[in-house]
Amino acid sequence: MSLSALSTTTPVPVDILRFNTCGSVDDGKSTLIGRLLYDSKSLMEDQIEALERSADITGGGQINLANLTDGLRAEREQGITIDVAYRYFATPRRKFIIADTPGHVQYTRNMVTGASSANLSIVLVDARLGVIEQSRRHTAIAALLRIPHLVVAVNKMDLVGWSEARFQEIRAQFEEFLPRLDIKDVKFIPMSALNGDNVVDASVHTPWYGGPTLLNHLETVHIASDWNLNGFRLPVQWVNRPNNPTDQTLHDFRGFSGQIAGGIVRTGQKIIAFPAGIVTTVKQIWTYDGPVQEAFCPQSVTLVLEHDIDISRGSMLVGLDHLPGSTTELQAEVCWMHARALQPGRKYFLKHTTHTVQVVVTEIVNKLNLDTLEAELAPAELGVNDIGEIRLRAAKPLVFDGYASNRLTGSFILIEQGTNATVAAGMLRPPREIVKPENGDYVI
Amino acid sequence: MSSYHLDHLQHLETEAIHIMREVAGEFERPALLFSGGKDSICLLRLAEKAFRPSDLPMPLLNVDTGHHFPELNEFRDRRAQELGGKLIVRTVEEAIAKGIAQPAPGEISRNRLQIPTLLAAIEEFRFDCCIGGARRDEEKARAKERFFSFRDSFGQWDPKNQRPEIWNLYNGRLNQGENMRVFPISNWTEMDVWEYIQREQLEVPSIYFSHKRQCVRRGGQWLPVNALVPPKAHEEVRELVVRVRTIGDIISTGCVESPATTTADIIAEIAAARVTERGSRADDKSSEAAMEDRKKAGYF
Repeated sequence: MSLSALSTTTPVPVDILRFNTCGSVDDGKSTLIGRLLYDSKSLMEDQIEALERSADITGGGQINLANLTDGLRAEREQGITIDVAYRYFATPRRKFIIADTPGHVQYTRNMVTGASSANLSIVLVDARLGVIEQSRRHTAIAALLRIPHLVVAVNKMDLVGWSEARFQEIRAQFEEFLPRLDIKDVKFIPMSALNGDNVVDASVHTPWYGGPTLLNHLETVHIASDWNLNGFRLPVQWVNRPNNPTDQTLHDFRGFSGQIAGGIVRTGQKIIAFPAGIVTTVKQIWTYDGPVQEAFCPQSVTLVLEHDIDISRGSMLVGLDHLPGSTTELQAEVCWMHARALQPGRKYFLKHTTHTVQVVVTEIVNKLNLDTLEAELAPAELGVNDIGEIRLRAAKPLVFDGYASNRLTGSFILIEQGTNATVAAGMLRPPREIVKPENGDYVI
Repeated sequence: MSSYHLDHLQHLETEAIHIMREVAGEFERPALLFSGGKDSICLLRLAEKAFRPSDLPMPLLNVDTGHHFPELNEFRDRRAQELGGKLIVRTVEEAIAKGIAQPAPGEISRNRLQIPTLLAAIEEFRFDCCIGGARRDEEKARAKERFFSFRDSFGQWDPKNQRPEIWNLYNGRLNQGENMRVFPISNWTEMDVWEYIQREQLEVPSIYFSHKRQCVRRGGQWLPVNALVPPKAHEEVRELVVRVRTIGDIISTGCVESPATTTADIIAEIAAARVTERGSRADDKSSEAAMEDRKKAGYF
């Protein structure tokens, strides 16, 4: 495909691919993103002009592609990336959202932030150094977050003489620990971001490599099935009740607004409203653009129900097939993000979908050693950037799914009381029991 | 591709509606910043999609620098009325008169003075959250902003200490005096905004479309001639067919020569554009970190 005409031909792209880049300091992450934007003609003249302006002052005339993404002055002074930066570009096939996440060990929380909603992660490896602790850490986090696709970008291949043997060696290093992680789709690409080899255009230096360039892979990787269409879930965000409507037909309007977090809903379908546990029927799927017969994840809708049930923000409407769990006893993997360590007995606010409850940490089951990928049992605490498994007890039952089956109804954050700091990202284990309507708990 | 598929605008739309409803659900006194510019026009449509058939559960707020294009203010007032929304306007003029904002000697731009004016309005109405139309593709400091951007009791943004934002779980908890800025269209590009305006058939102020205007060449751009920007002795005033691509103050907004008279024309023009929209804003050119500094001080 010719890329030279990209900037001037723009049919509406068909979908969005979200990806993040991670690597250690000096792996060339920012240079890679700069190269993607530059070679795909996604940069504008004033951006190139600004690059040249700073090159004249600080770079001795050499354009530094990393300056495109290292946005804050504090970062340029230290030559590092201190927070997640988002970049956008489009080709005729796709629109891309890049989360540029820093590689410093103390900034793991930013990687989790940038990667949590990604379809794909790019882990950068310096061909001279091979797999280092950061590479394993980033790959493990991508696996933990269940990012569907992974690219290992073996960068700086020019500095190892474009050696195929070196590339295969690094690949073998990865494949040694990959089986211990649950990642389905991994692609290895040899490249030089600085010179642009195999980023947008195929390299003349890698005749031994038959795979796609990075952009080519980003444009074609299959992401249509990344959303969950099994088991209807609607966490209620907001109760929609018009005050003194001039339209008489809206006098009794009572709708439940939210973003569908799983599955499909149809008019006339039976659903259960939690926590009330009452079965009712979907009378209307209201949208601004008119009522619709069906709606699906991740659309935002307003449901009108047959019965007048006590439903408010934090309630969950679910379909009768693929029922969730509903319990106060929870088990989850967490990534700890705060300097104040997690210890058993601490209380936090837990935000799950649109529902915030108080929880107490009852046990730290284990801590993941990111070097060996082995679990250390019953550690005293989880420190910042540690990943481990914990048990929690909630003040009210959570209606949830395992993270592995639904990223939206299986995830939560922990918030420290008082400071309101977000201290952890959590991924719920599947519920031990799912709710059973035949128990007679449900009335119609 | 299955029929259960959203295109990129539908994805961006549902993400933004979800964020709007989180604001309505989590904050007691939110406001929506509405200037009449193209980004906040999209915000208003998203608010309608999020909250109808109810009334918008938040007032609209605008900080008027006194240097606005008149077409913009006319549009702002009319649109707010059409929607049945409550519009609150606080002016820099008033803030200066009350001693809330102090212009530096010789300072003509009202850009910096918007900050104390906005913070005073937040205090006056005890707003705990302001929804804004900022986009991450606009500028490098914006690129690092969260959807829910926490501000301390001085209204300051601390880029090194932002709350991690994971999945679609936004932490909106605040202590007394603290504030949140929320940007539902963070992930939208300039192109997305115009494609959305076209898809939704939204009206925009006339100055976005091609019109005749007296301009002078200054700092590499065409500035509109008016009482605040009189031509200097050596400057040649030319009547050009222009439009604005981004609307700031009348003294710092460059016009681009353009024959675009419809939204479709504008989309075609952006597709072929070789400079970013902020390339026509003199306020961002003053230094490489201009936006970073203003945001830290409490800018939108």
